[in-house]
Amino acid sequence: MLDTLRPLIDKHARLPVKADTLAAGQDLYAAGLTSFAAVQLMLALEEAFDIEFPERMLNRRSFATMESIAACIQELRPQALAS
Amino acid sequence: MCEACPTLLDKLLHKGLLVETGIDGLYGRSGLFEQVIDGFDRLISRTGADQKAEVLRFPPGMNRVLFEKSGYLKSFPQLAGTVHSFGGNDKDHAVLLDRLAEGQPWWDKQEMTDIVLTPAACYPLYPTAAKRGPLPEDGLIFDLNSYCFRHEPSKEPTRQQMFRMREYVRIGTPDQVVAFRKNWLERGQALIAKLGLPFNVDVANDPFFGRAGRVMASSQRDLGLKFELLVPVNSEENPTACLSFNYHQDHFGSTWNIRTAAGETAHTACVGFGMERVAIALFRHHGLDVDKWPAEVRDALSL
Repeated sequence: MLDTLRPLIDKHARLPVKADTLAAGQDLYAAGLTSFAAVQLMLALEEAFDIEFPERMLNRRSFATMESIAACIQELRPQALAS
Repeated sequence: MCEACPTLLDKLLHKGLLVETGIDGLYGRSGLFEQVIDGFDRLISRTGADQKAEVLRFPPGMNRVLFEKSGYLKSFPQLAGTVHSFGGNDKDHAVLLDRLAEGQPWWDKQEMTDIVLTPAACYPLYPTAAKRGPLPEDGLIFDLNSYCFRHEPSKEPTRQQMFRMREYVRIGTPDQVVAFRKNWLERGQALIAKLGLPFNVDVANDPFFGRAGRVMASSQRDLGLKFELLVPVNSEENPTACLSFNYHQDHFGSTWNIRTAAGETAHTACVGFGMERVAIALFRHHGLDVDKWPAEVRDALSL
């Protein structure tokens, strides 16, 4: 599941480290994710998975870790991360 | 709510303190209103005198290229005001006049100029400060005041489209900047208490645009980057932000490459005073007749 997310994080989260060095539960903000980059990542995730984050997910916590991002996607589109 | 009762805006207009222009949120001000604004301005200066801030005054328009670089359009495209001017020839001019006479849209030959309306007093400051090179050890502190523009028409007199914002801005290390904001959070409350206004301070967020803006706003709140001093003016339920205390972290420092003496990216913070909002809060709580305001309030404002 995380293999699907990592390339998107590398491309849009503008972190100083590669996503494959990060653990699933590691704090992306602590790793250098800015609020602006979190927004870019959100838009990229919506396009890649053909989803729309609902109001209740539009917060800082949703994008805090790869785990939390995966949980959101899982809830919105269960089949998306199946591979 | 009483339908027949005049609103606060009605009262201010009727008393002549504000002057109608036909546009919501765009008002003239009477001499008396300006005396209150000037009095509050002096009170701020006295309160902040020990800061030895460098005074800078910019006009209410800023360099469009610098505005574009500032990132304002990422966060608040809905509030921005750009300045346009006629860019056609004689024939286009004749067409413009014809259309005006016919009441038709006449602005297709209007071209964007190099100036945009200043959205917050500190926006022209950061590129100016960046040009000076690395900060001194103690960082920098500035005193600003500017008319600002935000496109948000409203019937609430406290939400104007063109209004004045006084600011102290701190540029320095994270420690310097955080200490500045903490200090002004206390000073700001003492200052408003002197004016006999009820208030509370609360965590807040800027009106970031759209769905992406929800994430920005949530971050700003979670990190406690913005606090507002709120005074009930239009209603108790939705009190008005009269002062704001903002920690931008390294947002402007990295946008403009402002460096500390040690070569790190500078952090910034500001305290902003909504001049008209405080004046209107004073009229709301002490009455429309300044002569009848409590003596200590008049003293504080040297009225």
